Amino acid sequence: MSYKILDVQNLTAGYGKLPIIENMHAKVDDGQIVVIVGPNGAGKSTLLKSVFGLNSRMSGDIVFESQSIFDAKTSELVPMGISAVPQSHNVFPTLTVEENLDVGTFAAPPKDKTATKAKILQLFPDLKDKLRQQAGELSGGQRQMVAVGRALMSDPRLILLDEPTAGLSPAYLEVIFDLLLQVRDSGVSILMVEQNAKQALRIADYAYVLVNGKNAYEGTGAELLENDEVRKSFLGGGAPK
Amino acid sequence: MMDFINFYLVPGITLGAIYALGAVGVSMIFGILRFAHFAHGDLMTVGAYFALSAVWLLGIPALAAIPIAVALTCLVALFADRAFYKPLRQLPTIYTVIASFGVALIFRSVVQLFWGTESQVYSVGFQKPIVLFDSLRIATRHIQIILATAGITLVLHWFLHHTQMGKTMRAVSDDPALASVAGLDPEKTIRWTWIIGAGLAAIAGVFVGLDTDVHTMMGWNLLLPMFAAALLGGIGKPLGAIAGGLIIGIAEEICTYPFFGESLISPSYKSAIAFVIMLLILIFRPRGLFKGRLL
Ligand SMILES: Nc1ncnc2c1ncn2[C@@H]1O[C@H](COP(=O)(O)OP(=O)(O)OP(=O)(O)O)[C@@H](O)[C@H]1O
Ligand SMILES: [Mg+2]
Repeated sequence: MSYKILDVQNLTAGYGKLPIIENMHAKVDDGQIVVIVGPNGAGKSTLLKSVFGLNSRMSGDIVFESQSIFDAKTSELVPMGISAVPQSHNVFPTLTVEENLDVGTFAAPPKDKTATKAKILQLFPDLKDKLRQQAGELSGGQRQMVAVGRALMSDPRLILLDEPTAGLSPAYLEVIFDLLLQVRDSGVSILMVEQNAKQALRIADYAYVLVNGKNAYEGTGAELLENDEVRKSFLGGGAPK
Repeated sequence: MMDFINFYLVPGITLGAIYALGAVGVSMIFGILRFAHFAHGDLMTVGAYFALSAVWLLGIPALAAIPIAVALTCLVALFADRAFYKPLRQLPTIYTVIASFGVALIFRSVVQLFWGTESQVYSVGFQKPIVLFDSLRIATRHIQIILATAGITLVLHWFLHHTQMGKTMRAVSDDPALASVAGLDPEKTIRWTWIIGAGLAAIAGVFVGLDTDVHTMMGWNLLLPMFAAALLGGIGKPLGAIAGGLIIGIAEEICTYPFFGESLISPSYKSAIAFVIMLLILIFRPRGLFKGRLL
């Protein structure tokens, strides 16, 4: 099977000279939602940051659409078709919602900005009547929508999401996951880190469990949900489903 | 009442306009490069002297020399950033703050070297004030300074809210880490910050020269009220800095008005006003009037 979108091979990366993740692999195929789960401090955010050029990559390779991006800088990745939403501080608080979306186009202007914006507002109708409000004044869930919306404005083919449901109520969590399925169906592949592992695995096409900076388990979302060891250690026990 | 307007309010607005133009740069540099630029006053001085040379060499009025002064001052600021601040960018900002003190001294010394230490004026002779409604007498230079600052404020507002670079600058000021995640180019943003900050500093310098005279300490002496204005407006809020500058300029002038037969404070203490306002903001409203960033 060829991985058309992202192929992280044998990656060792960290901060400064200190490696955090070692010999990791992860792959994303066209039109997939791939989920990374694991305990706090496992290195999940570190993996996303190294794909996005925000920390030091040490060895291995990262291939995006059959081109190595191991040495690419963040400012080069956005025009290539990758966007990212960080775990926290992911909107510009004093900019309006509309300006936050605009900023998403600056590094990589979409072919038709108006059409892209309309598409995103269709996806996140809650934002329609908030366009002129400062993003910092929105609720947590609406802020996540702005953050994901900003990342989608450059018409990326892959987005990296770090805990898009962090701090949201369980009801909202479903809303965001629903939206992510729609994003995927609109042709954007997703590599996502999630704490709400059970729910995330349900929408995952494929998933990796990361422990202490290393790959521990992997499989389709359904496979991991069925796996006894994974359930016991990472999903809080209980029967499947 | 007319005395109040003619001799206190209008000069106060004029002084405030000068503080405002300087404070915009201080506020933007603080917002985007995240350091207190102590050479900003001397950048004003540099601008004023460039205009002086243009007046001398080309025989043009000081106002017409502004574009030349702006262009040359921008180049000086971009050079200073390149040579002195950029190498320190990855270090804690206190290094850059200290470096900016050094740059201030360099600017002042070079000015003294080339233009001497004596005060100069752009033009000699008395300009007749404009008289409106029989008793409102406003000096031409005050009208020019106030109208120009109003125009600059409108253009700045438009730039910050309606152009890509303006929005980029506000985004970087909000959250530099997220700005780089969004793929924005920090160095280009920094260059534009210097161009706007230095350009407005040069204009402010020429205005000081028009209003009083041109001397080598002029900018340094204005540093405190400019910082007070930037703080009052809220760090990283250029339009707030303009409001802050006006408030401080007006406060300084009208404090000496004999409201109750006597001046509230002696004119020789009026420069303490900015200092007092700055302390009060830091204590009671550290994010300024327009919710800027905390220091
Ligand atoms: N900027 C940094 N500099 C140095 N070390 C860091 C930095 N960021 C994270 N680390 C270290 O890297 C390790 C992994 O952190 P990471 O943020 O990748 O974990 P995570 O799996 O995302 O955890 P969480 O679920 O809490 O978000 C931690 O031990 C952390 O201390
Ligand atoms: Mg994390």
